[in-house]
Amino acid sequence: MTVQTDLINKLYYDMLRIRLVEEKIAELYPEQEMRCPVHLSIGQEAVAVGVCSALKFEDYVLSTHRSHAHYLAKGGNLKAMIAELYGRQAGCCKGKGGSMHLFDKSVNFCAVPIVGSTIPIAVGTAFATLFSNKKLISVVFFGDAAVEEGVFYESMNFASLKKLPIIFVCENNLFAVYSPLKVRQPANRSNLKIADGHGIKGYQGDGNNVMEVYNLAKAAIEKARNGEGPTFLEFSTYRWREHCGPNYDNHLGYRTENEFEAWKLRDPIKQLEKQGIHISEIEQMINKINKEINKAFLLAKNDQFPDESMLFEHVYAN
Amino acid sequence: MNRNIKFSKAINEATDLCMERDNNVYLMGLGVPDPTGFFGTTIGLQEKYGEYRVLDMPTAENGMTGIAIGTALAGMRPIMAHHRIEFAMLALEQIMNQASNWHYMCGGQSSIPIVIRILIGRGWGQGPQHSQSLQAMFAHVPGLKVLMPTTPHDAKGLLIAAIEDNNPVIFLEHRWLHNIFGDVPEGYYLTPIGKARIARSGKDVTIIASSYMVLESLSAAASLAKEGIDAEVIDLRTIRPMDKTSILESVSKTGKAIVADLGWRSFGITAEIITLIAENLWHEVKYPPRRVTLPDIPTPCSPGLAKYYYPRAIHIVNNIREIFGLSTQTEKEAGLYQEMPLDIPNKGFTGPF
Repeated sequence: MTVQTDLINKLYYDMLRIRLVEEKIAELYPEQEMRCPVHLSIGQEAVAVGVCSALKFEDYVLSTHRSHAHYLAKGGNLKAMIAELYGRQAGCCKGKGGSMHLFDKSVNFCAVPIVGSTIPIAVGTAFATLFSNKKLISVVFFGDAAVEEGVFYESMNFASLKKLPIIFVCENNLFAVYSPLKVRQPANRSNLKIADGHGIKGYQGDGNNVMEVYNLAKAAIEKARNGEGPTFLEFSTYRWREHCGPNYDNHLGYRTENEFEAWKLRDPIKQLEKQGIHISEIEQMINKINKEINKAFLLAKNDQFPDESMLFEHVYAN
Repeated sequence: MNRNIKFSKAINEATDLCMERDNNVYLMGLGVPDPTGFFGTTIGLQEKYGEYRVLDMPTAENGMTGIAIGTALAGMRPIMAHHRIEFAMLALEQIMNQASNWHYMCGGQSSIPIVIRILIGRGWGQGPQHSQSLQAMFAHVPGLKVLMPTTPHDAKGLLIAAIEDNNPVIFLEHRWLHNIFGDVPEGYYLTPIGKARIARSGKDVTIIASSYMVLESLSAAASLAKEGIDAEVIDLRTIRPMDKTSILESVSKTGKAIVADLGWRSFGITAEIITLIAENLWHEVKYPPRRVTLPDIPTPCSPGLAKYYYPRAIHIVNNIREIFGLSTQTEKEAGLYQEMPLDIPNKGFTGPF
């Protein structure tokens, strides 16, 4: 097996794992035992996997409300994530965060649901590296709406000023909840030019082509690690299901069935399959992943809720 | 050894000492290395610690607060400084959504040790957007600590305690205190967060105040002493977590309470303290508690209006005189009249600030 096929298999496995986890969440969500909002990443797996596969374990990743894919791709603990969705004590945040606040210090991962808010925080983790000898990179994932927030500009300005080791990764899935780009941004607006205006080199890529994502991310990360400053990456992609929840919602009419079907044909997982992954390998992967998933859900469902005494814990740090 | 130094110098010493003791401490803010030393509080620090640890910054309060939070997440201990509280309002998203919630929402995995130094003030036509007193808004939020020192001694001791604290701390400095002198020990010491100070012992009535209002309360107490009324003045020092024990002990002794706050009348610090007294000392209080505050209106600019806006010692005196069944007095009668305009802290002040 060559290095390249190893990489393809790894990227495929990671994307498939995220897809199967998200589909399991969608399947079980109607039981109403996961009692928190969930924003599923189905259809958008390639950006998370392509970027995170090019990172080191200790690098910082900050994310959004739609963070399951980022968390798992970064090496987060599946059992802790599922337990967190179920509000159980074994959750990565002991049940205090839920799906929209996945934190895991062991892999330097944080996600919060306020649009754009993690962009400056990620610039901060990158800025902190200037005070130490750690050659760590920060990556921040955000959607196409976050580039409308003021902190996006404030953050790019400072990252460029100090040549910080950060990669800004915009996942452009065309919608902010139901609001399409055309009601939010002028047609001739260019994020790459905006990045360039701040002295930051930007690249656009096919966010459903995991190899393309990986290669762009890898180059940006190497550049950042060499002290050559930030990069802005924008990937086009598409969420298959509703903004928040387990269902499809094309019937609402905010996007067309044709648009949805066209994007489904560009399924990042199916596209990578064409690179030559054997059906027998895929079956093995599915079996292995399903075992892991079933175990995680079983553990979460059987775990205890946090004790009442935990209610007042962690308001202040000692 | 104690030295008689300014409040601003005490802030400077606390910052210097903490930066010397811990390489992770750094100071950021628009103009922190400016030629005037951020009202005298940062003089000499950039020369000693360099451009990164005493960091001038872009005018981007919310983004820069997020960046400070990110550095805290990665092990640094940022101090952020704002010239006016209104500029800090731009950063409320990061302060109240992120920093305050962080430790809780991540199940205690990490916390945000950040000190946000915010200057507040009054007078000299500062008007609606350069002089607000918003301590109650910050104090409302679980996860934040809110400090309002009065003396140079406590400014130094509380700032050191704030920098060493592992939580986000809002540190409110009144501009009319920066130039007051007081005894300050050399070297390292802590003023405990969450502990009030008895600024004046007395047995007849308790005045509860913080920051600049402590000075007005002490003037009021001196005036009342001439009538034989012995007022106790409590300097809160910390707004959140509040030292409930000290307040309740004093009020249970005197049976009478008046709260003097720099903020507005409604929904604020005074309401919180009077509720505390009502809940705990209902049967011991001998007279309904009173409060001296700003009226519930924005700050006017003109000195002609501002002189009716800001509460002073005379307002505390007359409230207490009423409690004791005495007629109210003018500032002259109360011995509080000073031959100077009311919109400056002292005769030597020529503005602006």
